[in-house]
Amino acid sequence: MPGPIRASGCNKAPPVKIVTLWTDWVVFFVLAALCTYIWRVARTPHLAVTWRKAFLSAPGSAAATVLAMFVAIGVIDSLHYRPLLEAAPGKEAVYAPETLSLLDHLLAAQREGKERSYSAPLAYVAFEKEAVIVNGEPRREYQRLAHAGNHLQVPEQDWAGDISRRCLVGAVLGLLLAALVVAAYLLLVSRRQQIELGLAWQRLRRGEGRYPVRTVLATVAVLCLLWGVVAQLAGGYHVFGTDRVGNDLLYVVLKSLRTALVIGTMSTLVTMPIAVGLGIMAGYLRGWVDEVIQYLYTVINSIPYVLLIAATVLILMVFIENNGDLFPTSAQRTDARLFFLCVILGMTSWTDLCRLIRGEVIKLREAEYIQAAQAFGVSTWRILSVHLLPNVMHLILISLVINFSGLVLAEAVLSYVGIGVDPSMQSFGTLINTARLELSREPAVWWTLATAFVFMFSLVLSANLFSDAIRDAFDPRAIHK
Amino acid sequence: MLTLEALRTEIYSSQGIVTPVDGVSLHIQPGETFALVGESGSGKSVTAMSIARLLPDNGRIAGGDVKLGETGLADLSEREMRHYRGRRIGMIFQEPGTSLNAVLTVGKQIVEAIETHTALRGEAARAKAVDWLRRVGIPEPERRIDSYAFQLSGGQKQRVMIALALAAEPELLIADEPTTALDVTVQKQILDLLLDLQRERGMAILLITHDLGVVAQVADRVGIMYAGELVELASKEAFFSRPLHPYANRLLGALPDVDKRGHLLEAIAGSVPPLNQTFAGCRFAPRCHSATERCRSELPAMYEPQPAHTVRCFAYAAEQPVALQERPPAEPSAELARKARAKAPLLSVDKLRVRFPIRSGLLQRVTGYVDAVHEVSFDLYPGETLALVGESGSGKTTTGKAILQLLRGTAVVDGVARLGDVDLMHASAAELKRARRDIQIIFQDPFGSLNPRMRVGEILEEGIQALRPEIDGAGRRQRIAALLDQVGLPLAARDKYPHEFSGGQRQRIAIARALAVEPKLIVCDEPTSALDVSVQAQILNLLKDLQRELGVAYLFITHNIGVVEYLADHIAVMQSGRIVEVGASGSLLTAPNHAYTQTLLAAVPRAKLEDAVPA
Repeated sequence: MPGPIRASGCNKAPPVKIVTLWTDWVVFFVLAALCTYIWRVARTPHLAVTWRKAFLSAPGSAAATVLAMFVAIGVIDSLHYRPLLEAAPGKEAVYAPETLSLLDHLLAAQREGKERSYSAPLAYVAFEKEAVIVNGEPRREYQRLAHAGNHLQVPEQDWAGDISRRCLVGAVLGLLLAALVVAAYLLLVSRRQQIELGLAWQRLRRGEGRYPVRTVLATVAVLCLLWGVVAQLAGGYHVFGTDRVGNDLLYVVLKSLRTALVIGTMSTLVTMPIAVGLGIMAGYLRGWVDEVIQYLYTVINSIPYVLLIAATVLILMVFIENNGDLFPTSAQRTDARLFFLCVILGMTSWTDLCRLIRGEVIKLREAEYIQAAQAFGVSTWRILSVHLLPNVMHLILISLVINFSGLVLAEAVLSYVGIGVDPSMQSFGTLINTARLELSREPAVWWTLATAFVFMFSLVLSANLFSDAIRDAFDPRAIHK
Repeated sequence: MLTLEALRTEIYSSQGIVTPVDGVSLHIQPGETFALVGESGSGKSVTAMSIARLLPDNGRIAGGDVKLGETGLADLSEREMRHYRGRRIGMIFQEPGTSLNAVLTVGKQIVEAIETHTALRGEAARAKAVDWLRRVGIPEPERRIDSYAFQLSGGQKQRVMIALALAAEPELLIADEPTTALDVTVQKQILDLLLDLQRERGMAILLITHDLGVVAQVADRVGIMYAGELVELASKEAFFSRPLHPYANRLLGALPDVDKRGHLLEAIAGSVPPLNQTFAGCRFAPRCHSATERCRSELPAMYEPQPAHTVRCFAYAAEQPVALQERPPAEPSAELARKARAKAPLLSVDKLRVRFPIRSGLLQRVTGYVDAVHEVSFDLYPGETLALVGESGSGKTTTGKAILQLLRGTAVVDGVARLGDVDLMHASAAELKRARRDIQIIFQDPFGSLNPRMRVGEILEEGIQALRPEIDGAGRRQRIAALLDQVGLPLAARDKYPHEFSGGQRQRIAIARALAVEPKLIVCDEPTSALDVSVQAQILNLLKDLQRELGVAYLFITHNIGVVEYLADHIAVMQSGRIVEVGASGSLLTAPNHAYTQTLLAAVPRAKLEDAVPA
């Protein structure tokens, strides 16, 4: 097919148009905030000490490693752009209506390798028989998949061997990568501490030293191994199968990670200022301020939150429909819905943290250092921000990380009920929702649920383990042995 | 009856292996009261816990033996040990409030103890419980047996605890600071009760305390502990007539009382060494001014210079004794030639009344008031110290806070408190802010009064910034350096966080914070009651020095009569929200008029032998 000849003048148009969705801004903001916080922690001794304590526990650091991987995937998926369409000569450059992310680009084979319908993990034929005409006769048989197992000449014989070979190669490549990481670490350590490589290796192997480096590197090695195998297999097959419309589930589930992370972090982000601000004010100022705030959260708590969210989501959908020009691409529409879902989730889930902080502040306001500040005539604002806020920070941090996994699960529940994210958006909730019908089929399509379960489980479990480590480090009542 | 043989207890902690009890040997005769005395961190409570085998999970008895009669307790299984705990060894603890189960009646708890340890059952056990309550002096025991812990006062709870411990009729009672949480008048009653019961039942008491006054009142023999070791062991008479160990000597010198007025107290510089190390020499050597090379390089043994009076100090060694240096004479603080009292009082409080509103109902309407302070009036003159003395609940702290206007919004305050020419009670926000420069406060708890999230420099700067906005950054830094120097802290303290300091150092920081705005009056709310005796002496000396140098007046709120005798120029005695007696300290202490003042003064335990107390 002869391509249109481009006029040289049009080449000035950049090859992609960077698109920053609302939730992308949030992701970048959170990353920037995280970096600032790390920088601050590094220069505040008592914070640095407690944070180091959080990373002393082996499960905590392993969980943090896994979590870091998920976050990295989410961040890659947040770099959005619109590719340049090949335009007719002399015409203005036109960008595709479709918004893609860097992850889409990396997984182009998976994104574009659509099948017609279901296929089982690693299969080379479709899941269901289809009517075809063979030699003039209509027959029903399993069709070969369009994008999986094409390279197999005689699939019945070659399949098992090909899979084992790919697994082996993937494992070896993954381990090589892991070995590279370990070697880099050892080099760094021997440089820093001026010791021989052999000694550094000995120390690492015996798990010596304050931090569980051995655990972290072992986690990295396991992750490398798994991804090596998956990457090798993904080259020729649909590793986790395909869904009803033939999408590769590996692609779908990796896209779901960003949705989960955005919901987890952004809802917490909305929750925090409300909960902290109102909680500290209610606890310190007492009187009518306290009563108003208490009534407010009691009222919000007594409305079933699913009802509240359902109502708001419906209003929002109407709004988006009536203001189509505000959201030119479908990605922007689904993104807006995600954004507002987070806002609503945040607005309804601040009450617990608020109550917790109020209680703590009521205790703290009787502390003698607060009274000393009052005796100095220090302004109320300064007492709230300088004396009270840093002293409830551990509570905020603990409930922040614990809430995170709760919100990821909440999204799954809401999408399951049908009031979560846009149905066209990949998320764990929509995956589980479709899996409900698939499981009742005969024979059952089990891989959608299994894939969603494995990924969501690892995400939430690592978030929970990490939050446990943080709680142990920051909770003053925790026993440090 | 009870014998400790070179008992050594180890605790595994984040600082490594700590040895809070190291080679303690002692024996207690039946019917004897043995007092184990020491400051915090000396290992006296861990000794008691080792005897009852109630050590925390990370602690263990690492050496030596504990013998009750002929049985070695250290090797018993937990099951056998349970037979000894309670039945043969009774225990009472410092906090009566937390030692009783809040959801069971006291009767039920005593009956349970009786049924576990004796043959009595049912009605007989209940009758016995009533009998015990009567014997520990609970009024109307038949009715009180069905009360819950929260319905009893602190003293009554401790009496119930004693009944509970004695119900099993143990041979040995371990009393771990049994009266520290109680007021002096109640303390006297409880100690008298313990002595009566001991005489009646012939049991032995191991009394663990930090209070040498209590020891002088009740003990037969005394053991002084320092840094995990027993340093002196003697009969009470021998100890108080002539303490031998330099540490014991200086501890007695550090106790404030009326005789030391006008002198600096014998503060022991430095602090107790951490116990996670191996010692090469005497543990007290770094703080002892008689220490020689031998003290630092050789471990002292227990020497017996007098019969039944042993001491761990080379000064009493048979060969080459170390000469004890005469302590540098307590320098008489240049006691101000009592200058004529200024004409006008600095602070004049007239008919101060504080009521806390009681709210109830759905709308939290005020339905009544609790009166905390009734019509309190006093005058405080510049450069003087007025002590506000009273037991817990007498309203002395509330008075202090009301004067500082810290109760605005939470309580209804009437009356007049005039500081100079400003009436604090009716001052506007701006006037009050100006007045706050002249009146500051120091709190009791050196761990609660400093924001743990701020550096010392920031803590000190905050007050200056709020009340002296005209001073610029450089000026503030200069002022902070001067303040730290004034309270005897190194300049490097500025960049550290409060938790890096000991209790005494933190109290110095709190004093520096109060001084930062150059106040004319400092309200000291029990500033030394959370501190050990030797540290208390340092802080009292500091306060006295500052008064001499800066002419600052103190409103000293305390329950410690010793401190009052040492420091106060004038005394106001408070009881249930009223001032019952005011006067110059000399006349009030020697000839108290009010019956309550007399009871209070009589109840104070003195660290002297009874006959030496002037009548």
